[in-house]
Amino acid sequence: MELLAFGKTGWGDELFYATLMTIAVSITAMLVGFFFALIFTPLKLSKYKTLNLVGNFYTTVIRGVPELLVIYLFFFGGSGAIMYVASIFGYYEYIEINAFITGSMAIGIISGAYSTEVFRGAIQSIDKGQFEAAKVLGINKFGQFYKIILPQMLRLAIPNLSNVWQITLKDTSLISVTGLVEIMRQSYIAAGSTRDPLFFYSFAAVLYLLLTYVSMKLINKLEARYSMGY
Amino acid sequence: MINSFPKLLGATVVTLKLLSASLIFGLFVGLFFAILRLNKNIFINKFAYGYSYVFRGTPLLVQIFIIYFGLGQIEYFRTTFLWVIFKEPYWCAVIAFTLNTGAYTSEILRSAFQTIKLGIIEAGRSLGISNKIIFYKIQIPIAIRQSLPAYGNEIILMMKGTSLASTVTLMDLTGVAKHIISTTFKPIEVFIVAGGIYLFMTFIIHNIIKFLEKKYSFNS
Repeated sequence: MELLAFGKTGWGDELFYATLMTIAVSITAMLVGFFFALIFTPLKLSKYKTLNLVGNFYTTVIRGVPELLVIYLFFFGGSGAIMYVASIFGYYEYIEINAFITGSMAIGIISGAYSTEVFRGAIQSIDKGQFEAAKVLGINKFGQFYKIILPQMLRLAIPNLSNVWQITLKDTSLISVTGLVEIMRQSYIAAGSTRDPLFFYSFAAVLYLLLTYVSMKLINKLEARYSMGY
Repeated sequence: MINSFPKLLGATVVTLKLLSASLIFGLFVGLFFAILRLNKNIFINKFAYGYSYVFRGTPLLVQIFIIYFGLGQIEYFRTTFLWVIFKEPYWCAVIAFTLNTGAYTSEILRSAFQTIKLGIIEAGRSLGISNKIIFYKIQIPIAIRQSLPAYGNEIILMMKGTSLASTVTLMDLTGVAKHIISTTFKPIEVFIVAGGIYLFMTFIIHNIIKFLEKKYSFNS
């Protein structure tokens, strides 16, 4: 237990901050994922074949390639890509991107592919009459999507989005390879300096279980709220 | 880009070995725990539920690290015959993957068992077939067919999961890709080649499952 003490003698506070970091990365990645999903879901549902192709390319590639490989691409390729863009604008200094940004972008893109599939499924299960009614009422495309379809879709999407959240939360453990100090990285450091890997990795597992358990409870509440009246 | 291809192809063999070993063992583990889940004894039931909850609620990376770095720390454990297996990173990875995929497989099979219509089992009973034969000859084949789509997804997830073997020094496809990236600093090219190989495997698995689904569907 003294290994978990707060302050200089134990790893309690370090692991606490690491847990906060995991939560922060997960939430950022989830939001980045929503952003990508909002771009790619309309593409996947579009009438135009080329737009479909772009949407399908994104979800197929990201869901078919290991998360770790995507993270390595961002970790090793990220600053190179930014520097290339900067060089176009005449900036030639070395640019280093923060591990938090690289990590949440990489996980966000992965999470976005799953969210896109969830949104697509939810939109497709909305009654066609809703689209037609909105059209008849003369609501423009933008209004149709944001005011009519999106609110209905969210209710249908929440159970599946909670799966995406779980996947995203667990995927953040992979960012530890880039050196960002979240639960996994902190446990690795603690295990290395105390030579007690069994304890620290088991404790990390408990922390992840706690996070998934608490978030499930919260999502269930949200789900109950959104299905009011159904 | 061309030079890295043979190296990556060689590493693909490691990935495939890891995948097939963990899927075969994982199927047995999954079936075993699915049967426990259907048991009426509340302790057995809860034990099986706890297993699947823990392994599905924690990242695969933690599981590998506990098995590879953690277990070796126990002095007594190192004197047992099991140490022969657990000192090899390859087998540690296979064991972690097996337990992980076993947890997901048990959930898939359990829900498949539970969706079998009672009428089918009753029909078997009224024909005088013993419970054991009903289970092996009627429930299991139906459950397998029903769980094929979900299991196909699990295979693809597991294939991606094998990439974590690279974190315990195994040179699988991702491990070699990372090594090439960090020596040549050509992340995009290597990503395209390695990602392409993974996508190709996904494509093959997807089509095999589709074929099996068609073969075992009701209407064929």
